[in-house]
Parts: sequence; structure tokens; C-alpha cells
Amino acid sequence: MNDKILYGYTGVFDSPDEIIRAADKTAEEGYKKFDVNTPYPVHGMDKAMKLPPSKLGYAALVFGLSGTVSALLLMFWISVIEYPIVIGGKPFFAFPAFVPVIFEVTVLAASIATVVTMIAVFFKFPNLSHPLHDTEYMKKVSSDKYGLCIQAEDENFNENNVKGFLAGLGAKDISPVYYDSEEISVKHVLLEPKFIGILIVAAVVTSGTVYFGLNKLMFMVPFNWMVDQEKTVPQEASTFFADGFAMRPPVNGTVMRGTLPYQFKGNPEDAGKFLKNPLPQTEENFTLGKMKYDIYCSPCHGYFGEGDSRLRGQFPNPPSLHSEKLRNWSDGSIYHVITDGQNIMPSYETQLTRQERWATVLYIRALQRSLNAKESDLE
Amino acid sequence: MSSEETNIGYSKKELPGSLGKIGFAILGIGLVVVIVSFFVDHTRAAFNNLIMLMFLTSVGVGGLFLIALEYIAGAVWSTPFRRVIEIITGIVILLPVIAVPVYLNLHDLFHWTHEEVVQGDYSLESKSGYLNVSFFTIRVVVFFALWILFYLLLRKNSLSQDVTGDQLLTKKNIRLSAVFMPVFAVTITFSSIDWIMSLEPHWFSTIFGVYYFSGTVLAALAAGTLAIIMLNEKGYLTKGLVKDHYYSLGALLFAFTNFWAYIAFSQFLLIWYANLPEETFWFLQKWEGSWMIISVGLIFVHFIVPYFGLLSQPSKMDPKRLKLMSIWILFAHWYDLYWLVMPTFSKEEAVFGWMEVAFPILTVGIVILAFVIISRKKNLIPVGDPKLKRGLDFRL
Repeated sequence: MNDKILYGYTGVFDSPDEIIRAADKTAEEGYKKFDVNTPYPVHGMDKAMKLPPSKLGYAALVFGLSGTVSALLLMFWISVIEYPIVIGGKPFFAFPAFVPVIFEVTVLAASIATVVTMIAVFFKFPNLSHPLHDTEYMKKVSSDKYGLCIQAEDENFNENNVKGFLAGLGAKDISPVYYDSEEISVKHVLLEPKFIGILIVAAVVTSGTVYFGLNKLMFMVPFNWMVDQEKTVPQEASTFFADGFAMRPPVNGTVMRGTLPYQFKGNPEDAGKFLKNPLPQTEENFTLGKMKYDIYCSPCHGYFGEGDSRLRGQFPNPPSLHSEKLRNWSDGSIYHVITDGQNIMPSYETQLTRQERWATVLYIRALQRSLNAKESDLE
Repeated sequence: MSSEETNIGYSKKELPGSLGKIGFAILGIGLVVVIVSFFVDHTRAAFNNLIMLMFLTSVGVGGLFLIALEYIAGAVWSTPFRRVIEIITGIVILLPVIAVPVYLNLHDLFHWTHEEVVQGDYSLESKSGYLNVSFFTIRVVVFFALWILFYLLLRKNSLSQDVTGDQLLTKKNIRLSAVFMPVFAVTITFSSIDWIMSLEPHWFSTIFGVYYFSGTVLAALAAGTLAIIMLNEKGYLTKGLVKDHYYSLGALLFAFTNFWAYIAFSQFLLIWYANLPEETFWFLQKWEGSWMIISVGLIFVHFIVPYFGLLSQPSKMDPKRLKLMSIWILFAHWYDLYWLVMPTFSKEEAVFGWMEVAFPILTVGIVILAFVIISRKKNLIPVGDPKLKRGLDFRL
């Protein structure tokens, strides 16, 4: 008997009024470590036991606010930084749209974290047992009686005094409760090798079964209906159109968006006569012309139009752009050659837009002028 | 009633005569300035009068809702001070009087009353089956009649229970309340549509009735809480009212503050998201010039301040804090109505002048004087109610 460790003394009362009075008296007597067990929540008990306000509210506040902040950051990161998409013409940081998410996450974080805090911190989970479990006292107070338990940990605890005090309150069935000796001596179950081993075996068996079951026994061909469609895919002839092409050629005379057909095709004389450079001589246009010239023209004509090809004879060198004949050409003629090609030079119509071609003409004019400046240029 | 001590520790005390005089003085000052304001600028005065009407509707009809709610839910905690709310609710009798100046200026307030405006406006023409002066008048009269009818019936049963202590009267009131609830839902929704939403007849929001309802309950609760705490502190109620009762009132105030914010934001979010021009103009109009400050202020006045003011448990039990918050919420409801109504009067800039001060003063005067007159010769707690004892024993 005496080798057991005392947990506390319990007494049982018959009515909620008695237990309220008893709790009030016990607290007044100076006992701090005592508890009341009732079959249902008795109103006014906190006050009778002189309990301080619960601290759980602060946990709810802190976790709720952290939910607020993390939801806001999450939404900000998704919608503004990581994957910005314009939705309904709203700004990326569309705060009103975030509010429902923030609200939900706040509530979720606060409620879940509060319950977890309550179980882990206040109920001391994973402590699975309590000395009051499996006692006659617990059977009574969980059906129709109201119990009070003064714990031995209390600094005012004295076995005989407590017995007398409980009797004085009118408690019945005053009895001691001892710690279960096994509960105290046994090591923490979470750290036992047997327990950990079982956990590992269970993990391996379940994951193995799931893997084998899903991937071997119930294997299905991966979903591929997206590929299997009634359409002509590359390297395949159309069965619908007689000519085997899936795409239809455009109607004769179709003009691509943003382009105009070149009206002087094969007609260099009229091109030289009628075409005028529409671009003004601005720095912007010269820069554009230089860029395009350096890319498309300079490989054969050389950077300065002297016909010094960089192609090392793989292609016949063109004549210099500084010849008398070329200097007297109109802008339109140069434009025509760029557009339509000449002799061995191919057309650059598809590489250069109209504006770029005219800018290139401007730049060629500038190159010619640089080697054969007029006297008026000195002024 | 005799002033004998009853078994629940209540002895009838008449309210001091000075309160009636104060109420009369405030009412007098307010009334004079209000009458002057109708001569100075009758349109603006009518808009302010509309705010006052809707505010008193909130307090009165909202109180009726609280009483009916108590009966239906079988709540015991609110029984000891139900009579206070019943007395406040008495102002529903005055509502028709307050509505008269608004009704006389209908043409200045509601432009759907002008037939030449409605002609050729497809939207207004299709609404004219509902929005026309004769049907509007019928609705207004019927709604007032219903509210007053239910007020008188509920009050009669409650008062005669003081004398007889007959439990069947509670049962009668439960039945009445059950009938009143759907009536309340319909009348409060449509009166908010009639008086406030139709100020901008092109605009529509299906949640608007709920929005006004949330403010209604808040205002009635705040007025009730304020009166209950002040009366209880001066000893006009019973000693049995403790902080557990206060806490429950505070919790309801807090809950409906959140409910209001939820509804207000829902209304805003959907309109903002859908971005339909026929809906967004209503908010854009409240974003015009200095209205923007009022709009942003609404979030703080109506949500942030009461939210943090009532968040913690002790603040809901502290009578001082509760009184402060009740006054604040009443102010917030007025602010809300101002935000709803006045942009129609002054589109460019928010207006605030002596008229906007005069009407709240008159309102306070009306409420105080009405309370003093109605409470005369009555018990301030329902002494015959069978739930009273349990209500006083209520603990959290």
C-alpha cells in the first residue's frame, strides 16, 4: 500500500449546487491544485474555483493572425510574383479578391491551432493515461455525481487535513487515488524500439501494398485521349481533303495583315521613278537602318558598302555601293533592289519590313555621302 | 403596479423627472433647428429626415426582432431586461409621424417619382410596376401598420403577464413572434429597398435587405445595451443582472459587427468583381471627391473600432466599455445611413453642416422622451414572466 504514490483525495457530491459550494470553499481554503469532475459543464464553476481566465484565447489570437499574414503573403506571392495573370481586368494585387481567402485561412488556422494547442499543451497529449481513469470515482462522476479531487501536489496538502476537510464539506465516498505503478515506471511508449519497429513495419507494409496494388495489380494505361483526336497531326496526310493537306491555302489575292503587296515587282524603272522615301532623316531611322544594314547587307557589301565581302569567296563579291552609277540612283531604285533582288542578290522582302527597308536606304545614302561628301556638308 | 418588493428583488422605481425634462429640452432644441432647416433647404432637410427615419426604424423594428427572437428561441438570459427593449421599441408608433416630412418631399428625394424621367428610360419603365407612388404609399402604410400591430400585441401580452403571471401569455407571444419573423423579414427588406435603394432607382443589389437588416439589429442591440446598463447602474433594474448578462449582450454586438462587415464586404466584392457598369456606379459615386474619405472611414467606424473594442472577453463584461461601444455603434449606424443616403443629395462632395447635427439631436431627444413616457407606470423588468428567475440565474 505504502509503496504506491498518492495522486490525491476525491470526494463525491450529489447536486451541482453542492459542488459549486464545495469548489468555492476549497479555493477559499487555499488549495490551488484541485479539480472538479462533473457529468456536464456546470455554469459558474470557473468563478467558484477562482480559476484565472484561460490563456487559450491568446493562442487563438496568435495563430489567427499568423493565418491572416501567411494567407496575405501567399496570395501576394502567387498573384503578383510567381504567376501574375490578369483576371477580369483587375490589378495583380487585387486585395478585395484576397479577402475571402485571408478570412478563411485565418479562421482555419485559429480553430485548428487552438484545438491542437489545447490537446498538446493543456491536455498534455500524448499522455494517454491519467490516475483518475478506471477508478470508481470516475465512474460516478461521469454518470450522475459531482466530484472534487484535491491533488497531493498541492503545497497545503496533508492527508488527514484533506480527509477531514472533504468530510466537512459533506462529501461522500472520500477515497485516495494512486498513480498506476505501471504508468510511472514504464518508459515513454513513443521511444520504445518495439513501438518504433512496428511503426516502420507498418509504414513499409502499407506503402508496399499500396504501390503493388495500384501500380501492378490495377495497372491501367495512362490516360491518353488527348492525343487520340480527330485531327491531322504533323507527318500525317489529311483524309478529309483530296490534296492531303490539312490547312487550306489562302484565296488568291489574299494579303497578309499589316503588309501591302509590292506594286513594282519586276519593274525597276517605274520603281526608281515613282517611289519616294517616306521616312524623315532622324537619328532613330538612321540607327534602325544601320542595324538592319549591318545584319542583312554587310556580309556581302561590307560594313561600309565597299563590296568587301566577309564570305571568303563562297559567294561572288558585289560591286561597291559608292560607284558613280549607284550614287546617282534614286532612293526608289535602291529600295527596289532590296525588295525585289538583282542578279544574284535575293529579295529581302520577307526579312525586312517596308519601314526597315526605307531605313536601310537612308543609311546607304549616308554611307555614300560619307565617302563623297559635298562641299556644302562642311558648313 | 404597487412598489412592493417581489421575490426577485425588484422594487418599482419611477425614472427621475429630470430625465424627462432633459429629453424634452433636447427634443425641443432639435425640433426647432429641424423646422428651421426645412425652411432653409427643404431638400437637404428631407434627406436628413430620411436618415433619421431609417435610424429610428432600425432601433424600433430591430428591437421588435430581438424580442421575437427571444420568444422563439426560448432564451432565458435576456428575459430580465426584455421590458427595456420593449419600451425602446415603442418608437415604432412614432415612425409614421417622422415619415410625413419625407413623404411630403418625395419628389425631391426619389427621381423615379417623376413621370417624365421614367418615360423613355427602359430600366425605370420596367421597374415602374413596383416603383410608383401609389404602390409605394400602400407599402409604407402597410409596413408601419404591421410593425405597430405586432408591437402592440406583444406589449399587451407582456404587460398583462406582469399582473396575472399567466404562463399562457408567453405561449401566445411565442406564436405571435413566429408569425412576426417572416413579416419582419419581408417588411425590413422591402422598406430598405423602398427608402434607401430606390434613391438610385437604376441600381440594384440583392443583398441590400440583409445589409440593412444587419445594421438594424446592431442599432437595436446597441440602444438596448446602453439603456440596460445605464438603468442597471442606477439601480432601476434588479441586482440579479451581472456581467454574464453583459457579456452575452457584448457578444451579440460583436457577432453582429462581424455580420455587418461580412455582408457589406460580400456586397462590395461581387459588384467589384463583376464590374458591371449598372452596379459599380453606386460605389463609384461614393468614391467621388471627399466621399472617398467617408467610404474608407466607414470600414473603420463600423467595423475596425467596434471589432477591436469588443474583441477580448473582459471588454464585453466591462459596463463602461460596453456603454462606450454601444454609443459608438449607434453613431456608426447613423454614419452608415449617411453614407447610403447622402451621396444622392450631394454627388461631388460630402456635405456636413448644422443640419446634419440637428437631426441626430432630435433623434436622441425623441428616444429619451419616448422612453420616459412609455416606461411611466410600468415595471422595468417583466416581473410575471415564468423565465425571469432562470434568466437572473443565468451564468456563463
